Amino acid sequence: MTAGSPLRTPLHAFHLRHGGKMVAFAGYELPVQYAGGILAEHRHTRNAASLFDASHLGQVFVHGENQAEALERLVPGDLLALPEGRMRYTLFTNAGAGILDDLMVINTGNPWSLVINAGPKAADLRHLRAHLGEDKVEYLEDRALLALQGPAASAVLSRFARGCEGMPYLSARTFSIAGTEAFVTRSGYTGEDGYEIAVPGAAADALAEKLLEQPEVAPAGLGARDSLRLEAGLCLYGHDLDATTTVVEAGLAWTVSKRRRAEGGYPGAETVRRELAEGPRRKRVGLRPAGRSPVREGAAIVSGAGEKIGQVTSGGFGPTVEGPVAMGYVEASFATPGTAVGLELRGRTVEAAVTRLPFVPTRYHKGE
Amino acid sequence: MSGFRYTKDHEWVFLEDGIATLGITAYAQGQLGDIVFVELPEIGKTVSRGEAAAVVESVKAASEVYAPVTGEVVEVNAALQADPAIVNADPTGKGWFLKLRPQDLAELNSLMDEPSYQAYVKELA
Repeated sequence: MTAGSPLRTPLHAFHLRHGGKMVAFAGYELPVQYAGGILAEHRHTRNAASLFDASHLGQVFVHGENQAEALERLVPGDLLALPEGRMRYTLFTNAGAGILDDLMVINTGNPWSLVINAGPKAADLRHLRAHLGEDKVEYLEDRALLALQGPAASAVLSRFARGCEGMPYLSARTFSIAGTEAFVTRSGYTGEDGYEIAVPGAAADALAEKLLEQPEVAPAGLGARDSLRLEAGLCLYGHDLDATTTVVEAGLAWTVSKRRRAEGGYPGAETVRRELAEGPRRKRVGLRPAGRSPVREGAAIVSGAGEKIGQVTSGGFGPTVEGPVAMGYVEASFATPGTAVGLELRGRTVEAAVTRLPFVPTRYHKGE
Repeated sequence: MSGFRYTKDHEWVFLEDGIATLGITAYAQGQLGDIVFVELPEIGKTVSRGEAAAVVESVKAASEVYAPVTGEVVEVNAALQADPAIVNADPTGKGWFLKLRPQDLAELNSLMDEPSYQAYVKELA
């Protein structure tokens, strides 16, 4: 997916029309920001509602009768307990409990629906087809995914999809929006309350324009997405998660239910069981660097004695925190919140404190 | 702005009374986007032409600012510590980075003048 010219989403013309500054991301050409800039887009998302293009994410149907059982052989998530109309965050794992991708699984009856990341898309599809059968896995070409995120998202979307305001966090429903069938989920990948709206590619531009006409809504790009999700302590695949980080190291053991911890039955279950019992070798933590300078991905994390104890996997400036924030992996003995560590920055060491995540409290809609 | 000279890396330098003030251009700040931190050198440090004299951090990335001439740092813009966004708002004015005492004024001659720089930026667009 990396070779050749970048792919365009169905909202490409929309981005250009609204002044999107386009960059290459995971094989796609996507806006990093619009004219207002990343800080303004970040703050607008926290205060009102922003429209993001998430069409680079892969939308997949899983056909068949026993999707929960079939998918449970590939992920540690409890899918048998997932009612129709509900969704769950889970992980494709390898034999060592390393993370091949993180994804959303939605019980939509038959077929079920998955949303996977852009980068590992091709590998995910091969993985799914190899285990579930070639004919069971359908990749939805020419689909768009709009994400409307922020505290005003519910009020805005309910003008087009009456009843969406009552949807609980992590639920899914189909609406007719201006004559187009739209598959709406409520999850919020920015840490704010929000909706993801899947529509046919051909309908995406008109829908995006309609949403943008609403006074609360402004467009936002990858830059704000990144600072918002970092403040929310959410992992970005390929940065905070990859095949070398395990479920427990990543702090994602909460995605493994009691039943699945006991029963296993997915790749890496033994490693998860062992790391839950004995503790992982390293852990994902939040980091608050002292001072004002952001510390970026790749920076070494060192102990007071100067020994390398880990590495930053995401780092930047948190506009809501109004200071630098980072996430990274440290040896388990340094993972307690409050532990003082050092971060290497341009040949010197910046003091930092290990902190709890998220940096900014999430505000998902917990009702019903 | 005839007294300004420019580098291909989008630094500007302005010479007055033997002291060179330097910063980044409007084009550079536009490319970088929101600036959230500027790391400035110690006063008294000598920086060599082409060497990183400062670091500017935008929301997305860190970028080095290279000294267009060799010289000793005589002053830095302390206002940028409190409000780095000044660089976005007024890159060639209040958003200056530092002042140098150049060792060799002739080094300035090799830099672009205003029309040459504007033509260069146009080519990049």
